[in-house]
Amino acid sequence: MIQVPDVNGRFGKFGGRYVPETLMNALLELEEAYAHYSKAPDFQAEVRELLYKYSGRPTSLYYAKRLSEHLGGAKVYLKREDLNHTGAHKINNTIGQGVLAKRMGKTKIIAETGAGQHGVASATIAALLGLECKVFMGEEDMKRQQLNVFRMNLLGSEVVPVTSGTRTLKDACNETLRYWVSHVDDTFYILGSVTGPHPYPMMVRDFQRIIGDEAREQILKEEGRLPDYVVAAVGGGSNAMGIFYPFVGDEGVKLLGVEAAGRGVETEEHAATMTKGRHGVFQGSLSYVLQDQYGQVQPAHSISAGLDYPGIGPEHAYLKDSGRADYVPITDAEALEALQLLSRTEGIIPALESAHAIAQTLKLAPTLGKDQVVVVSLSGRGDKDVEAIMGYLGGQS
Amino acid sequence: MNLIDQAFARLKAEGRTALIPFLTVGDPDLSTTLAIIKQLEQSGADMIELGVPYSDPLADGPVIQRASERALRSQITLLDCIELAAQVREAGVKMPLILFTYYNPVLQFGLKPFFELVKSKGISGLIIPDLPIEEDEEVRALSEAYDIHLIPLVAPTSNDRVARITSKARGFIYCVSSLGVTGVRSDFHTGIDQFLATVKASTDLPIGIGFGISSREQVERFEGQCDAVIVGSAIVRKIEEAIPLLENEETRAQGLAAIGEFVASLKG
Repeated sequence: MIQVPDVNGRFGKFGGRYVPETLMNALLELEEAYAHYSKAPDFQAEVRELLYKYSGRPTSLYYAKRLSEHLGGAKVYLKREDLNHTGAHKINNTIGQGVLAKRMGKTKIIAETGAGQHGVASATIAALLGLECKVFMGEEDMKRQQLNVFRMNLLGSEVVPVTSGTRTLKDACNETLRYWVSHVDDTFYILGSVTGPHPYPMMVRDFQRIIGDEAREQILKEEGRLPDYVVAAVGGGSNAMGIFYPFVGDEGVKLLGVEAAGRGVETEEHAATMTKGRHGVFQGSLSYVLQDQYGQVQPAHSISAGLDYPGIGPEHAYLKDSGRADYVPITDAEALEALQLLSRTEGIIPALESAHAIAQTLKLAPTLGKDQVVVVSLSGRGDKDVEAIMGYLGGQS
Repeated sequence: MNLIDQAFARLKAEGRTALIPFLTVGDPDLSTTLAIIKQLEQSGADMIELGVPYSDPLADGPVIQRASERALRSQITLLDCIELAAQVREAGVKMPLILFTYYNPVLQFGLKPFFELVKSKGISGLIIPDLPIEEDEEVRALSEAYDIHLIPLVAPTSNDRVARITSKARGFIYCVSSLGVTGVRSDFHTGIDQFLATVKASTDLPIGIGFGISSREQVERFEGQCDAVIVGSAIVRKIEEAIPLLENEETRAQGLAAIGEFVASLKG
């Protein structure tokens, strides 16, 4: 196995640092600090302590018996990231970066958020570590996610409305980077996914790999063998990279990323970056990008705000082009159906993001034998989406 | 000899500092951009930066973001921007043309076809703000092969990177006046003078300063230290204010004059 990224933050040809010179010093400083602390036992111990005692890890690997029986094929296991504090895998990363910020002597943190999950996880960690926190959020998203805006305020964070561009996640990311340029002295940018310039894709993967490390150990204990498939939803791709990474060297384990097809990949309204995008530079790295023929980044669409992003982490692009992982699209409608099925068969309401991974599992498991095993990343709980789901289903379930 | 080098040699002989305005091509439309460029030269611009509109302009503040959005609404492409350069020349404009573009449009166009076209349309320099030295090898090699100057940005935080950046540079060095995005500001990075001195000492090339320069006083402040002053957002804002005048045939000349007067006032 080749270790990626290389010293320049390259995963094969992907990744890198395509940012203005004004940001380079901050990225180099971050890279150096991370290289130092990631090897420091006391740093690792502090992160681990918070993951276990504060967020409630390890999360369980749960055998979804009724769902498996219903599908009549492979055994389906759910990696329950929804059981984390704040309800999703996002906190694994904010704990890591939050502690790093503190070690680096930064007193303020900033973060971008789409639906608000990463924003809430950042606000949470800011409160816990006594850091000042600003969360940049598109004005459109603020309207759609008022409850999360209030949640962040309750946690003591300021939510900064972003009015540029599409007024959604992509522009919130741009605005956070712009703000960071002028406040690098005392401010740490907690980026929420395995995207952006080096070292973020590597660092966020490292903080999220605990999902896969645990899942690998747990499935070996439960089944005495590795799974045939690992399935996860991808927007930017942090939960997927987290669960995939420890399995990358296990050749027999197929890795399946599930991206949002929105209203269908044949329409203009989707977030199927791998299926419909091309190689391009976006928000600091070379990866797959949804863009027009002139290189302008296109707005994405998904029922799930967490997948509603026109880019994807560069390591996923590397896994795709090297053939190690496959990426498939799931529509809004398929995700909604899967969400209802999981709710009824297992009593678990998944986040809309995670429902995409479930939807792919509904297609996959019946094609496999009863002796085969599928591990699915249930990246978050659906509480945040209940109101939206009610709207989509017209109050009928 | 590259037109940028010729222009700096002449300016040096005359003891003058270059004024380099920036505008976004296609804001509000291509024919107006052409008219504005002619006006800018008449009003004293020594070179011009032609900004290519982009959906995600990371280095830019709100004024240039809005200009980009306006131009993108008329679906201005990289190709349009490069072809405008030829029209600018046909219209008799003599000053060097510098293309300012984010990297992705160039990458999608294809590097070699891009340089072929840029060369054939009379563009002399290139600024790609999201292409730091770590990532610019291929572009640099082509820019040297085609004699299109790849003008680098250096920032007050570039520290020991300054020498690495300037040693590979062509044309001039673009010094960023302060940390942050483009846009009007009243104060510059503390230690700006030391920063400029460091850059100057590291190179024989001319140095220019930009980001946030908007008034005659600010231009004057840097005239002694720098070989060029770049004014972007302040001019783009003037264009934005003049759009109602520019879009009406009867008041178009008045709008152009307002932009011209502003640029002339920067020259002092």
